[in-house]
Amino acid sequence: MKILVPISNVPDTTTKIAFTNGDTEFNTAGVQFIINPYDEWYALVRALELKEAGKAEKVTVIHVGLAESDATIRKAFALGADDGVRIDAEGPDAYFVAEQISRYAQENGYELIMAGKETISYNGSSVGAMIAGFMDLPLISLATKFELEGNKATVEHDVDGGTQIVEAELPLVISCSKGMAEQRIPNMKGIMSARTKPLTVIAASASDKLTNIKSYTLSAGRTTCKMIDEDHMDELVNLLHTEAKVI
Amino acid sequence: MILVYTEINKGKVKKASLEAVNYATKIAELTGSSVTAIAINADAAQLEEIGKAGAQKILSVKNDALSSLDSMLISAAVQQAVKAEGAKIIIFSFDITGKAVAPRLSARLKAGLVAGAVDFPIVNGQSLEVKKNVFSGKATAIYSINSEVKIISLLPNSFPVKLGDNTSTVVDFAVDLNGINSKIIIKEKKSTDVAGMVPLPEAELVVSAGRGLKGPENWGMVEELAKALNATTACSRPVADMHWRPHHEHVGQTGVAIRPNLYIAIGISGAIQHLAGVNGSKTIVVINTDKEAPFFKSADYGIVGDAFTIVPKLLEAVKKFKANQN
Repeated sequence: MKILVPISNVPDTTTKIAFTNGDTEFNTAGVQFIINPYDEWYALVRALELKEAGKAEKVTVIHVGLAESDATIRKAFALGADDGVRIDAEGPDAYFVAEQISRYAQENGYELIMAGKETISYNGSSVGAMIAGFMDLPLISLATKFELEGNKATVEHDVDGGTQIVEAELPLVISCSKGMAEQRIPNMKGIMSARTKPLTVIAASASDKLTNIKSYTLSAGRTTCKMIDEDHMDELVNLLHTEAKVI
Repeated sequence: MILVYTEINKGKVKKASLEAVNYATKIAELTGSSVTAIAINADAAQLEEIGKAGAQKILSVKNDALSSLDSMLISAAVQQAVKAEGAKIIIFSFDITGKAVAPRLSARLKAGLVAGAVDFPIVNGQSLEVKKNVFSGKATAIYSINSEVKIISLLPNSFPVKLGDNTSTVVDFAVDLNGINSKIIIKEKKSTDVAGMVPLPEAELVVSAGRGLKGPENWGMVEELAKALNATTACSRPVADMHWRPHHEHVGQTGVAIRPNLYIAIGISGAIQHLAGVNGSKTIVVINTDKEAPFFKSADYGIVGDAFTIVPKLLEAVKKFKANQN
């Protein structure tokens, strides 16, 4: 059984976001890119643990993007991924990315696809569920625990008002949330081997372009913070009622 | 025709679903169309509520298999409704079900999706232009949906729910789930609901606390303040990681993202990862001993000082305010 982990290349959480070309493009100048945390900490690390426990033969990471993402893919190698695939296209939206990944998964016989629950860049929470849609596979979303015995997965995942434990047979798509695994730091052996692990670059297949981003706007920060003395809590309550109108 | 998906939770139509019906109604006005809602296992009172939110027609689906909320089955049911009604725009809430079903339907129908819309779309010829948050709330982007069938999921708490007169027609709608074999078997459910408290994703008022409280034994005053305000309690990541508070209370980038009307942060420094989960809140109050705490830069009201003296004073002021209101 082989596991496929889609990874996204995203600006580090602390990045100061800026736009260029008349606010139509994200300005990548000076930006530190990382593996999307949900893809790395939860999906990839849990996939690696399954392989280490002898439950999977191979963990492949897959990314839709241009050559500048290769460094991010190799970070996944340093953590322990066996090989990687980059579909050479600038993914215009989640639909394009998910269709490319699902075609690769289908053609290459991956039975378990573990995706992060969302990216910290476009926050759409869409790619995992779309892959399930393209492949006509069940999806277990917002998984917090994942165990595998043979072909049978036992998964704990978040639902409205709580969690539930479900069982399902492979093939499956899982979207991964906090709790799946603990964040890992690559060791020296991993870092050394990352340079030589196979990274296959393939051309994108024809896909529809259904949405596009027209423009970006930076969110207006809060202009001023009104400081209130701790002995004037009546004033704060009054402001929340009359000025903010929230109570 | 605009189709909107609605859901029942704990005997009521979900607030997020009513918001979605309101949203669909507005889009129907903008596009000169009408709104049909699909309701899963809803009773008469619940159907009435969906009608009051603005649906002109309600497809009432009764099917026990759908109560599992398995995204494969729900998606199949909605897809059949889309086909039967000839829907061109499909609206979901960007909640747990919407995040699982809307993208699947997008793939199945070749329909462009904007997930997490925060405003009404602008109609531009055959396209819809929709605003959503990107970069964890640091920016917004306008997406153009150019496909023939379009799907939008609405970020919860973007608009207050408006209810009017019910003028809807209810139609029984049978769905065929044969051949859709999701094979997901539910073994156990665990509720994290606290009696009398609105669940975090739907909460309009939230009282949250962090490491500044020094230990789980000090949460009594936080709970009391929340109770007095009729608010929901939350916490920062370190607090959940140290098991001072349950995991489901954790708000922030890796926890639950919320956007209540009021967020009170007690003893939370305001790391960027925390802000990413709460910066959509309408009003933010920060209580911290450190006047340089970064959270003050993202707050509307700030109090510098010791939470152990401030929170009891705030509680007293809230109680006085509530007593005067009654």
